[in-house]
Amino acid sequence: MPFLAKWWDLRDLGNPVAKFLEVLGDHGPDWLPYVVSALIGCIAIVLFLVPSQMVIVWAERRLIGRIQARRGPNRTGPWGIFQTIADTVKLLAKEAITTRHVDRWVFWLAPVFIFVPGITVFAVLPFDEHMVLADLNVGVLFLAAVGSVNAIIVFMAGWSSNNKYALLGAMREVSMLISYEIPQVLTLLGAVVFTNTMSLSGVVHWQDHYNTWLIFLQPLALVIYLISAGVEINRSPTDIAEAESEIVAGYHTEYSGIKFGFFYAGEYFAGFAIAAVVTALYLGGWTFWGLEKWVPGWLIFLGKLYLLFWLFIWLRGTLPRLRADQLMAFTWKFLLPLTLVNIFVGGLEVLIWQENDLSAGIVLPVFAIINLALAVGLVVAWARFLGHDRPDQRPRRALLMKEVGAIIYGQEP
Amino acid sequence: MKTEPFVVNVGPQHPSTHGVFRLRVTLDGERIVDADMIVGYLHRSMEKLAESRTYTQNIPFTDRVDYLAAMANNLAYCLAVERLAGIEVPPRGQFLRVIMAELQRLANHAMAIGAFLNDCGAFYTPFQWMFRERERILDLFEMAGGARLTVNYMRIGGVSYDIPPEFVPTAQALLKDLPQRISEYETLLMENEILIVRTRNIGVLPADRAIASSVSGPVLRGSGVAWDIRKADPYCVYDQLDFDIPVGTRGDCYDRFLVRMEELRQSVHILEQALDMLPGGPASTPVPLALRPPPGEVYARIEAPKGELGFYVVSDGSPHPYRWHIRAPSFINLTPLKDMVVGLTIADAIITLGSIDITLGEVDR
Repeated sequence: MPFLAKWWDLRDLGNPVAKFLEVLGDHGPDWLPYVVSALIGCIAIVLFLVPSQMVIVWAERRLIGRIQARRGPNRTGPWGIFQTIADTVKLLAKEAITTRHVDRWVFWLAPVFIFVPGITVFAVLPFDEHMVLADLNVGVLFLAAVGSVNAIIVFMAGWSSNNKYALLGAMREVSMLISYEIPQVLTLLGAVVFTNTMSLSGVVHWQDHYNTWLIFLQPLALVIYLISAGVEINRSPTDIAEAESEIVAGYHTEYSGIKFGFFYAGEYFAGFAIAAVVTALYLGGWTFWGLEKWVPGWLIFLGKLYLLFWLFIWLRGTLPRLRADQLMAFTWKFLLPLTLVNIFVGGLEVLIWQENDLSAGIVLPVFAIINLALAVGLVVAWARFLGHDRPDQRPRRALLMKEVGAIIYGQEP
Repeated sequence: MKTEPFVVNVGPQHPSTHGVFRLRVTLDGERIVDADMIVGYLHRSMEKLAESRTYTQNIPFTDRVDYLAAMANNLAYCLAVERLAGIEVPPRGQFLRVIMAELQRLANHAMAIGAFLNDCGAFYTPFQWMFRERERILDLFEMAGGARLTVNYMRIGGVSYDIPPEFVPTAQALLKDLPQRISEYETLLMENEILIVRTRNIGVLPADRAIASSVSGPVLRGSGVAWDIRKADPYCVYDQLDFDIPVGTRGDCYDRFLVRMEELRQSVHILEQALDMLPGGPASTPVPLALRPPPGEVYARIEAPKGELGFYVVSDGSPHPYRWHIRAPSFINLTPLKDMVVGLTIADAIITLGSIDITLGEVDR
């Protein structure tokens, strides 16, 4: 990129900010650039998250409408685009009821804290080469740590509500998160093994340098991460902690008005965070094989992020929900072994590559093919082994009386 | 660790109790150790009210018993009164009744399957898809009788209006689409691993328990007992039509779901025949407005979408029934629920309740 890092190169919004901070550092006190850069970063993240959430909620409702053979919101504004704004105004105007016998402090704090993990994760996520608030060299660890905070907040909400449904929802959430943290973090390790860095921009740079995305080298890890992260963001098919048909609204049963709105928005923020992590780690972040020279990298990043979110929406519109214990059995029996295999194979490959000093151009495609075959083979074999794919377990049609005669209970025909 | 069970009221206001049913469960963690069914929140005293109205005036009441299968309720009541008064229905009326009853079965099963999958956590997608089909059936009802939900279409001696000429082509167009749609649902749902682990071996009702609890309809057939009043005690013209009875093998939620899906296909098959065989002539026999059946009693039953729907009517020779009782399939199918859910988790209890397919209007009457 010829004139990158000139302050007027607006393809990367980090450039003018860096120039501005440089000027501030030259003329002001030493601490000023730090404070200003933190402020700019925070404002930028919130400026990205809030409108994104507004648009995505609308888009989700439209898309789910299409999936469900109906129209979705189409009254407020063209194509119903102001629906989210109308809903927000409604939520703001509604009374935020605090029932008696709740633990007031915790009850009030939980909806505020729910934003913390979803927003904080974005601090280490590189929107573009210079658009990262804090390029921590332990970024992946930071992700794992912040992601698990969610459990505490959900439990705060569920426990303080003094409601049995809320308590059940909170218990489910906590037990699920504890199970799913393990494969989630271990899959991230696969990416770290390959790229030899824990900084997220480091990972993106690695993918840029070798001209490959980690999705090709770690397909199994990506699938596992999407499943386990999907559990964390509480969306169907894994919306067990707030399963509407079972426990009304789970941990936020007692919340109304804008406090409920906070939980609702917080879930979307967490969803964006997951999609952004996947984008940076597995989909090459801001890079797109040369396209980033012409299109601002942060637009590429956002495009990938929204495409991933569309996947979440699609899944939500299609699949039924698992039961809590089945979901946890799925982690321990299915995901965890696959995760361990993934790390082992990834480590082995890196070892072979580094020890023998092989050329990346030959080694990486070979690894990609091996890993893809391994992922498909392992998932299919493991599913066959653990699944219910036996004819007596899943008949395609009911038996007909003509075929079986009268009372047939107890004897398989 | 010391734990103690706690009581959770599922209902009367809960997203998945299909009305105002209340299930008071005692939970140990998520596991149900005791369940208590409490009904009566929608009691409207229909059976008593009917005693002060004439036989014809009671037909709209039957719409509101099971408001998701109004045609079937109409039919059962009219059959009872006709049997009491010795009224013959002309062949066209008989066929129209079968057509309406089977369309109603399609509409009811669409609702039942959709709601059941909603309970399973499929985010309204099967529900909305099923509603697409149900909508076209309700359009047909509107065409025939002017109303969509509480149709009040059947009359003692026949039906209220003959069908308009465009009814048959519209119905045939619907029937042409339905098998393809049903296959589509089967592709989405029946091969779904999540649905199978959620519903297989959950809420099991063995055949002997099912018979002992006198359940009927898809719940009984799901338990593997091939009992269908359309075959066992044919009414209208069902003995002239070719159809089959689907049965399950284990009596779990998945079997009940399978049976309903197959019944959709069988209903389409019946409807195709009935529309082809539809004879001409009058659709109903004239009946005096203040009908005075001779003293006596009668029990007429039909295979309603939810099970055996029976009307027990006692006449004392006056224009009002002396006693009017409904054998409501929803209520009786609900009785073994406690045995089915104790030992399962609360999530299973919800889908078990969904798989029974109750209408609270019919449970409480």
